[in-house]
Amino acid sequence: MKTVDIAVVDYGMGNLRSVSKALEHVAPELNVVVTSDAEIIHDARRVVFPGQGAMPDCIRELDARGLRSAVQHATQNKPFLGICIGLQMLFDRSEEGDAAGLGLVRGQVKRFTQHVDQQGNKLKIPHMGWNHVHQTRPHALWQNIPSGERFYYVHSYYVAPADDTLTAGYSEYPDRFTGAISMGNLFAVQFHPEKSASAGLQLLHNFVHWKP
Amino acid sequence: MLAKRIIPCLDVTAGRVVKGVNFLELRDAGDPVEIAQRYNDQGADELCFLDITASSDDRDLILHIIEGVASQVFIPLTVGGGVRQVEDVRRLLNAGADKVSINTTAVLNPQVVADATARFGSQCIVVAIDAKKVDNQPFEWEVFTHGGRNPTGLDAVKWAERMVALGAGELLVTSMDRDGTKIGFNNELNKAISDAVDVPLIASGGVGNLQHLVDGVKLGGADAVLAASIFHYGEYTVQQAKEYMQQQGIEVRL
Repeated sequence: MKTVDIAVVDYGMGNLRSVSKALEHVAPELNVVVTSDAEIIHDARRVVFPGQGAMPDCIRELDARGLRSAVQHATQNKPFLGICIGLQMLFDRSEEGDAAGLGLVRGQVKRFTQHVDQQGNKLKIPHMGWNHVHQTRPHALWQNIPSGERFYYVHSYYVAPADDTLTAGYSEYPDRFTGAISMGNLFAVQFHPEKSASAGLQLLHNFVHWKP
Repeated sequence: MLAKRIIPCLDVTAGRVVKGVNFLELRDAGDPVEIAQRYNDQGADELCFLDITASSDDRDLILHIIEGVASQVFIPLTVGGGVRQVEDVRRLLNAGADKVSINTTAVLNPQVVADATARFGSQCIVVAIDAKKVDNQPFEWEVFTHGGRNPTGLDAVKWAERMVALGAGELLVTSMDRDGTKIGFNNELNKAISDAVDVPLIASGGVGNLQHLVDGVKLGGADAVLAASIFHYGEYTVQQAKEYMQQQGIEVRL
């Protein structure tokens, strides 16, 4: 079988069409496959790990398809991009359903807490919409994206890495939270690059050409 | 800082994006992908497609539009109209919708909201609430269904709280006595709902000028503003709307 260029991990939770279409858009010459085949993921040149819905369900469905070790392997061996719940699942534990994550990144996934601003407006949860992402350092995936560019978020939980130097980008809602982490060949984001117009497409383009 | 969103809304019937010339005549607005691309280029933060197809036979035709747009335009897409069961939600999401809005069905069968959010997550379920000011009830705003024709006896603010309790991740609130009037959103209604729930609120119905968008945010507490005609007929571009809102001190994505 021909090795696929980019495997988008499909564990049955929600729609991966947007992610694969956006990847095809930035890399029409590459072979992008949405798959739940552990072998294809294991052999793929690059892996994208998206996710939506509730994290405990995502972990359960991932295990039901026997994909845990293929994902784990990818996080250590090839360019790997986690998106949204695909970022959260990498962590030790989530407050959502008090569920264990994959334990590949030390830290917790926490819920935004209620907050009322000075004008008396409640903090809306989910954090939904376009927010500034401030870069903490240069990275291949930030290439041609100015620090402070807006990306589209939709989430009620955020990651809190034990080692804050993993944070590659952050946003504020209203407190600072981690919007992106980088760790060797792994990059993972809480926002949705596949829904973030030209900035998101630029990040996906950078990922497709990334040589960590 | 999180930006307030501007969402152009497009009507779809029998697989065509249309705009009303008057109440009787609907005219093709053009190629859906081109229209979506144009709004994207102007800086629209999301797009909303509202299926107004009368015949259920033709309702699946919107799926082709969503598929086409979702493969070319990479911003969030909300689709509403004619959603009756969880299976309808699944098909729209699979076609490329990011969020599905449920309106009349939420009133007739609230369990659909609970089931859909349990299955697909709150983040992709929007409950659309059509409300009108009434004087024959012990509350101010009543929920209506079927495009504002049928009263339900439900208090719009209480109804909003209940939908959020069932899992709705966002509310699209349309003031039926403002829709099409161009006199502005019903900011009192929106503020009452926005204060009662902690999910984002999209204000809809009645936009006639750019100050109305500003008022929707400042007076109505909206997190997003939806408009149709002011953008379709070229009165304003999305870009102009955002520049105006920014001048009025509102955080927008420019």
